[in-house]
Amino acid sequence: MVQRINLKVNGENRQVEAPARRLLVDLLRYDLGLTGTKEGCSVGVCGACTVLVDGEMVASCITLAAAVEGSEVTTIEGLAEDGRLHPVQQAFIDYGGFQCGICTPGQVMAAKALLDENPQPTEEEVRDWMMGNLCRCTGYYKILESVVAAMSPAASHEGGDGN
Amino acid sequence: MIDFEFHQATALDHAFSLLADYGDDARLMSGGTALVLQMKQRFSQPGHVIGLRRIPGLDAIEETEDGNIRIGGLCTQRQVENHPLVSERLPLVAGAYRHVATPRIRNMATVGGGLAHGDPNQDPPPSLIALGASIVLSSANGGQRIVPAEELFVDYFETDVRPGEIITGLVVPPAPNGAGTAYLKFLPRTADDYATVSVAAVVTPDGLGNCGDIRIVLGSVGLTPIRATAAEDALRGQPLTDEAIREAAATVQDAVDPLDDHRGSAEYKREMAEVFTRRAVRQAMTNAGMV
Repeated sequence: MVQRINLKVNGENRQVEAPARRLLVDLLRYDLGLTGTKEGCSVGVCGACTVLVDGEMVASCITLAAAVEGSEVTTIEGLAEDGRLHPVQQAFIDYGGFQCGICTPGQVMAAKALLDENPQPTEEEVRDWMMGNLCRCTGYYKILESVVAAMSPAASHEGGDGN
Repeated sequence: MIDFEFHQATALDHAFSLLADYGDDARLMSGGTALVLQMKQRFSQPGHVIGLRRIPGLDAIEETEDGNIRIGGLCTQRQVENHPLVSERLPLVAGAYRHVATPRIRNMATVGGGLAHGDPNQDPPPSLIALGASIVLSSANGGQRIVPAEELFVDYFETDVRPGEIITGLVVPPAPNGAGTAYLKFLPRTADDYATVSVAAVVTPDGLGNCGDIRIVLGSVGLTPIRATAAEDALRGQPLTDEAIREAAATVQDAVDPLDDHRGSAEYKREMAEVFTRRAVRQAMTNAGMV
């Protein structure tokens, strides 16, 4: 059965008619054309499809769009402001935090969610948080460096235990 | 995925009336991390899905008058692991929830949903059972049933939640004064995996430094979480010598009934159940300051 789903996506009110089985990742990619969000494992394990729903990091591949009706959704397309990249995006470029790039939107969204909640995480906290975002190219060290670099300058000095 | 109708319940009574309308053809969903996967794989093919997440008032964590901690059924698992009351009063429970999958899944999955899922591989149940937690099941017209966590899991992915009931909370007593607790999860594959074997232990010393009381509960080694009653009986009231622990832990091999899977053969899990029981008891003793 088709139903009307209202979402605020990257600050814009969007309305989509879709069956209840429509997953959030599919609504974003196919109904709204926001293909920045990627689908990897489709079972909530790899983190590629990470988006924020009302500020909380979720796996959009196992989220029913109808279940988050009325929510604010932030995707990778919503991070840059006036053509200026978000600090996390810039850090991933500056520190080479990606190789093939498929996992990158999810990595960036996960890192943003972490820094929104905990602006000065320790390196261990970064590792712990990012463990649910898999990188098949195995570029984990560069990803970790990028996230640490994206912290505020004051924070980056105490951003890890040096290991 | 199969087609279905989605109904967003906006109040507990609303959810009960939807359940009454659609009966067996309805499934309840909170975080969806379990049900959406089951529907994708067509293990579950409901005609109606009733969303619970918008029901207000079921996501509080508070201390009850008698010093227990009440956790709302719609609390996310991350809420539980991060809540100061849980960290302070129920470190065993905070630690167990922190072991579940990844932060993203714990952001979505709820306490009640996880329990209702009835998966014997989950992290929290052994600790909840070891502490003697109770599950609050609500039904229409103010109906309520309290079930000990130990009796909630009746078979593989099967719980004692009856038609028309919703898990609205759980009540967890802190470990007794002086007790030490431990939850060990054997993870030979990846950090976000289910356990090959998991063990929760609560050890309470008596005045003489012997074992006053002990609870040992295992996960991932049977159709439900399994309480190692023979091992508990062998140790209760006894001095916790290495030999006594070794002998008691050996009885766990007969208590468990693991399945062969990619996390290990049944034989291997049986052996690891013994090993990790030993380690969990020792860890709990260390945390109690007994060694």
